Amino acid sequence: MSTQALSETQAEPTLGLSGRVWLYRAIFVVVMLTAWQSASGTLLDPFWVSSPAAIFRTLVAWTASGQLGYHLLITFKETAAGFVLGATAGVLFALLVGANDTLHRTVDPFVTAIYGVPKVALAPLFIMWFGIGLAPKIVLAAISVFFLVFFSTLRGVREVDLKMVDALRTMGAGKFATQRMVIFPSALPWLFTGLKLGLPYGFVGAVAAEMMASNAGIGYLTQNSAGQLDTAGVFAALFALMVVTTLLNEALGRLESWIFRWR
Amino acid sequence: MRSVHLSVVSAQSCEAQRRSAVELRGVGKTFTSRTGQVEVLRGLNLSLQDGEFLAIVGPSGSGKSTVLNLLAGLDQPTSGAVFCRGEPVAAVNTGIGYLTQHDSLLPWRTVEQNIAVPLELRNIGRTEIAARVRDLIAQVGLEGFERHYPSQLSGGMRKRAMLARTLIYDPPVLLMDEPFGPLDAQLKLALQAELLKLWSAHRKTVVFVTHDIVEAITLADRVLVFSSRPCQIRLDEPIAIPRPREVHEVRFHPAFEEHYRRLWTALEPPARRPS
Repeated sequence: MSTQALSETQAEPTLGLSGRVWLYRAIFVVVMLTAWQSASGTLLDPFWVSSPAAIFRTLVAWTASGQLGYHLLITFKETAAGFVLGATAGVLFALLVGANDTLHRTVDPFVTAIYGVPKVALAPLFIMWFGIGLAPKIVLAAISVFFLVFFSTLRGVREVDLKMVDALRTMGAGKFATQRMVIFPSALPWLFTGLKLGLPYGFVGAVAAEMMASNAGIGYLTQNSAGQLDTAGVFAALFALMVVTTLLNEALGRLESWIFRWR
Repeated sequence: MRSVHLSVVSAQSCEAQRRSAVELRGVGKTFTSRTGQVEVLRGLNLSLQDGEFLAIVGPSGSGKSTVLNLLAGLDQPTSGAVFCRGEPVAAVNTGIGYLTQHDSLLPWRTVEQNIAVPLELRNIGRTEIAARVRDLIAQVGLEGFERHYPSQLSGGMRKRAMLARTLIYDPPVLLMDEPFGPLDAQLKLALQAELLKLWSAHRKTVVFVTHDIVEAITLADRVLVFSSRPCQIRLDEPIAIPRPREVHEVRFHPAFEEHYRRLWTALEPPARRPS
C-alpha cells in the first residue's frame, strides 16, 4: 500500500490535492482508532468508553442476526418519509411566501419564532398525539427538515434576479411561468443547501422521537443498549447511523453537481 | 432614403398619432425613495413612425432607460400617457422585444433552450420551435453553440443569443438599452453590422439607447439628445446618411462630421462646469 502510494508520487510529482486529502483522512482515522483501542483497558475503563474492537464485534453480531438492518431500515423509512414531506412543504411554502411581499412580512415573525423552538422539545407532544408508531417520528423529522428547507429556499426566492424576471415578463410570461422558468430554478441552489442541512436534522428528529417511545429504530437500539449498560452497543448504533447519513449526504452532493452542470 | 419628418412636438397632430408605432404624450415620471423624490421625466413628447430606427443619447441618469421601461410597461408614468401601436400601455407590454444591457439569459438553459423561451411561453409546438430556433441561430451566427450554456459563451455571443431570443417571437417594436455597451470596439462594429442587416430584413421599429454618438449616427434614422434630469429633448437630429449603410464607412460620409458636431454640442452644454 505504501509502496504503491510512493510509486504513484514518483510517476506524478504533484499527487492530486484530493488524493492527498484522502491519504490524510485515512491517517486521521487510523491514529484515532489506534489511540482509542490502546487507551481502552489501560488509561480508561472499557465499561465507559468501550473500544473499537468491541464495537466492531457488536456490529458484526448485529449484522449477522439481521438486527442492524432491521433497525436501520425503520429509522431510514421514518427519516425518508419525513424528509420528503418536510422538504416538499418547505419548498411550496417558500415559493408561496416569496411571491407575495405582504404575506412574507406578515408570516415572517411567526415562522422565525416557531423556528426558534427546539424541535426535540416537541417530541413528547407528537407522541401524545400520534402514538408510538412511525407517525410521531415522521412528523418530527418532517418539521426539522421543513424549517431548514423553507428558510433556505425563501432566501433563494428573495434573491432572484429581478431583471431576469422582467425580461421574462416582457416576453409574455405570466406569474406561474415566471415561477417555473426563473424563480424556482434560480432558488434551486439554495434549496439544495437546505436539503443538505436538513437531512442530518431529519435523522436527529426521527432518532430523538425513537429514544423517547418506540420498540424499533436506531434510537431504540441506542436507548436499549444504554439500558443494558452496553457501551459498545450504543457506539455501534451511532456508528451505523453516522455511516448512513454520510452516504446519503454524498448522494445528495452527487445529485446536486449533476443538476447544476450548467455552472 | 427615408423621408425626414417633423419634429417631436408634432406628435400632437392627428396624422402623427395615426401613424405612430410608439408614442409618449406629456409623460412625467417621478421616483420616490426613502431619501426623497427624483423627477426623471417631465412633459416628454415623443413619437416614432412604423419601422423607424430612433437612437437616444444623453448623460447618465437622464431617463433614457426610464423611457424604455415605460414603453415596456415595466413602469407606469406619473403623468401623461404611453401608447404602443395606438394602444395605451397599461400592463407589461408583450408586443415589444426588450434587449437590456443586463445579461438576462437563463444560466441553467442552453443557448437553444434560451432562445426557445418566448415560443414556449406562447405554447408553440416542439417541431416549429426547433425549426425557428435553428433559423435564428443561423441568422445571428451562433451555429455550433446551440448546446452551450451561457457561462461557456463570450460576452458577444451572449448578446447574439439575447438578440435571437428577442427576435424569435417577431415583436413589431424593439427596445434596446445600450446592448453593445461593454463590448470591445471591433465586436461592437460586427454586432452593429449584424443588427443593421437584421433590421433591414425585418424593418422593425427600434428605440436604441446608447452612450456612443458614433453608434447612434451609424444605426439610426433619427437621434434624440436628452438633457440631464428632469429630461428634456435638447436636439432631434434626423440622420441624412443614406441606407444601406456600411458600419465601417459611415464615419467617412460627408454628413457624418456635421451630425457628430451638432450632437456633441447638444450633449455638452457650453455652460457646463469644469470637470
